[in-house]
Formats: sequence, structure tokens, C-alpha cells
Amino acid sequence: MRPGRFRILITVLLLFQAKNSAAMFPQDAEKTFGEAADTSEFVSVYFEDNERCFVCHGQGRYEYENPNLGRKVRALMSNERIINRKEFYASNHRSFSCTDCHSELYTEFPHPGELRMEQNFNCIDCHGGDENWANFHFDEIEIEYQKSVHFKLEEEGFTCWKCHGPHDYKISIRNSENFKETILYDNNICLNCHSNFTRFQILSDREEINILNSHDWLPSQATHFKNVRCIECHTQINDTILVAHQINPKELAVKKCAECHSRNSLLMSSLYKFQSREQRKGGFLNGVILNESYVIGANRNTYLNRLSLLIFLLTFGVVAVHIAFRIIKKKKTNES
Amino acid sequence: MSHKLYLYPKWIRAWHSLNAVLFLVLILTGLSMQYSDKDRNVIIEFSSAVKWHNIAAIILTFNYIIFVAGNILTKNGRYYIISKQNFWSDLMTQLKYYSIGMFKGEKHPFPVTEYRKFNPLQKFTYVLAMYVAMPMLIISGLGLFFPEITVKRFLGVSGLIYTDILHITMGFFLSIFMIIHIYTCTLGSRPSSLFRGMITGYHESEDH
Repeated sequence: MRPGRFRILITVLLLFQAKNSAAMFPQDAEKTFGEAADTSEFVSVYFEDNERCFVCHGQGRYEYENPNLGRKVRALMSNERIINRKEFYASNHRSFSCTDCHSELYTEFPHPGELRMEQNFNCIDCHGGDENWANFHFDEIEIEYQKSVHFKLEEEGFTCWKCHGPHDYKISIRNSENFKETILYDNNICLNCHSNFTRFQILSDREEINILNSHDWLPSQATHFKNVRCIECHTQINDTILVAHQINPKELAVKKCAECHSRNSLLMSSLYKFQSREQRKGGFLNGVILNESYVIGANRNTYLNRLSLLIFLLTFGVVAVHIAFRIIKKKKTNES
Repeated sequence: MSHKLYLYPKWIRAWHSLNAVLFLVLILTGLSMQYSDKDRNVIIEFSSAVKWHNIAAIILTFNYIIFVAGNILTKNGRYYIISKQNFWSDLMTQLKYYSIGMFKGEKHPFPVTEYRKFNPLQKFTYVLAMYVAMPMLIISGLGLFFPEITVKRFLGVSGLIYTDILHITMGFFLSIFMIIHIYTCTLGSRPSSLFRGMITGYHESEDH
């Protein structure tokens, strides 16, 4: 199916399902994504329909009736074809029917062979050029992506889905109540290929990269890995979109500590961008970081700074006055 | 006429010299980290400051253990014992001497003897510095060095921020202590005599 036809199909389905599928509309998107952390109350209107697929693709083993053999056959599902129900119904696309994106012909079993050549759609195929999704800036994300090192791998098969699995991806940073989990989630997106050589080889002929070795220059490596995302150092900061998508070549990665460990910490434009709108009060510079962590050089308290400067000046002042009196006394002693 | 007292044995002089160098390194590197800037290095470049701060801090910790052990195992510890008797009045007497008395040519109210190395004000500030501020500085420093052992959150805020504020505050007060300490060391019989004493081991004082 061509992307254009796919869009028409989606539009028609949306119109039919409008009443039941509020999550599809962007005005409800924030609310719906906000609820993504708790999926216990979400029941897809397509649950029954989707079960036709999940019955085989929902786990590692499936079975089917083989009319030629006249019996049931049990088989193993390829890992690449297993979709985790729980993750799917917690993902951004949880309100979708499988056949919103995949051909209706998949409802036939055995699946027609030509479906193996089915074209996958990218984010921009549905989200691009649509005012309703404007606040997510998909078009700018696409422009950034095209400048990214990953875009050069499109010929080898790189797509949005390599990072944002269509069946499990969920927006994390906007709704984060636990930054550490969000950081882990986001870093795992990168590590999924960059620390899994089998997956890495699908897209690149480069030798295996050892993340720990290539970051051995980084002080307190484990602390950094737990507290910041890979993209903090490996992307170009963009003020418009919430999460930068222009992955820079490794030569342009941030290596200067003071980029984060300073008064104008870049973390305020990246990891803490969303939360930075609600700055912590109490005289702390970059105070929002304090809600989650502590960054040397970035977290300073202006009141304490002023107080310490005052105490320093007073100390030197007292010493200076004392020296002056000693000099006067010595002069008087010498004169007498 | 001046007389000499052997008050600073070799281990104290070695400990003190090392402590002084480490303090300078820690203050310079600490300031470099706290006030780091994207566009220019404040004193020392950030990553070098982190490395040398950590190295100096580890050595300082061991040096502090030597200081405490030395004070327990030798007679030097007795100089740090504060008596409640006349505590405040002695402090005031010493303060009055430093601020007024010495300019009038008065005698030192608490001259150094074999049994009294420190005057009441010195003793009080040294005890505060070495037995209150230093342990807090070292413990909070270890908390920052090993963030995994630090309280994760307290009252909705990362435990590291409390640890850091404690560390920076103690570091700041010890820096102030060091400035005053160096200055008061010029108040000997001659401005250089107390510094020389820390090299030779002998305290020189003028008889009044």
C-alpha cells in the first residue's frame, strides 16, 4: 500500500471511530499520553480485532490448524514478529487497530506471500503536514533527522522505527514522574543497536563499538550514564522541538564538561527543557535540576554566593585593618 | 631574650605541610568546579579540576586519619582538650588581646608553654575546624564521590543537594579558617617566626 492510500484509509477509519477513539485527536493527545503511565483502565475498542493478530504474534509460540496434515501445528514465532500486548497498549499507538497500519490481507492465514514486501510507514507519513499535530513539530523533527548521521543509513534500512518502535514507543520526557526511569528508557533506545552488535550489523559494516571503552574519558562514567541521556551530548540542541533529533557525528559530541557543568548548563535546553518552564524558587540557578539530581557547577544558590562573598570580603577587611594597626604601631615603636 | 620550645614533632610537621598543600589544591579545584563557565576556564579546566580534587581529597582523608590517630596515640591530643572552666572569658580575653591589647604592647595573656601550645581562641577554632568541619567535609565529600551511597531523595529533593551544600559550606568555612590561620601565624615574635617553627619544629617566643 502506498503512503497516500494509507493516509486515506487512516482518515476514513478515524472518522468512523471518532466517538470511541478520542486518543487519536491531538487536542486529547496530551491528556492521553499523560495517562500512558497507567494502562490498567485503557481498553482498546479494537481489542477483539487486534486479538486476531496477538493470538499468534503476542507471544513466542503460536499454533494453527494445518488442513493438509489434519492437525494442529505448534511453531515458534520469530522474535522480530512478536508484539508485547502490554507494551502495545501502553504505547502512543495503543488506540490503533493492527490493520490501521498493516494490510487487511493479514487477517487471512496463511498470510499472502506478497505481504512480506509490505511497505512500512514512517512517522511523517501520518503526522507530517498536519496542523493538528503541530505542537509536536513533526516536520521540524523530519528536517533535523535528515541532517542526522542516522539519515545517511536510510539506504541500508534506517527508519524512525529503529528508535521509536511503532508497537511500543511512548512519549516519556513530557510525562516523566521518574527521571531516572525516563533516562534509562531513552538510553535503551540508543543501546538497542549501539550495544547490540547483531542489530547494529543490520545497518552498518563498522566494527563493534564498546560504549564503555569509547566513553572511558568520561569521569564518573556510571553516574553520567544513569543521570543523562545519550542525546544530551550527541545531538544538536534545538530550541523549537522538545527532543533534538539531529544526531551529530561523534567528532561533534559534547566533550567539554563545562557545557553542562556551568551556569548556562545545556541540560536546561535538553534534559530539563520541559521542566525548566517551572523553575524552582529559592535562589537556585538551574534549580529545576535539583528536583532530580545535582550537577556540579550548574546548581548554585545566588543567596549563598552573595553571603559567601560578603564573608570573604569581611575577612579580608578585618585582616587589612589589623595589618594597618600593626604597621601604625610599629612606626610609633620605631619613632619612640 | 627569646627562647625555643620543641612543640612540633616530625609527624606533625609532615602532616601539616601535606595538609596545607592539599588544602590549596582543594580550594583552587573546588572553586574551579563550583564556578565553571562554558566560555572560559575559572582557574583550572573542569575535568582537570575534578581529577585533582578527587586525588587531593583521597589523600586528605588518609592524612586526616593520620592526624586523628596521632592525636590519640601521642601527647599532641591533649592540646585540643577544651576545658569548660573560664571558656568564654578566656576566649574574650584572647580576642581583646588580638583586637586591642597587642597594639598597646600588652603581654600575651596565654603565652605558649610545653603544656599550652594553643591559646584559647586557637584551641576553639582548631577543634571546630579539625573535629567538626573536617569530618563533615570528608563525609559529604565521600557522599559526592560515591553518589550511590547518598540518600536518594529527602523532602522531594535529591539527597545530593543537601550533601553538596554541606560540602561547599564546610569547604568555605575551612577556606576562611585557612586565611585567618595564615594571617594569625604572622603574629609571632616576628612575622616569619611561626612559619619557621613549622619547619624546624621549634616554637620561638620573646620573653616580655
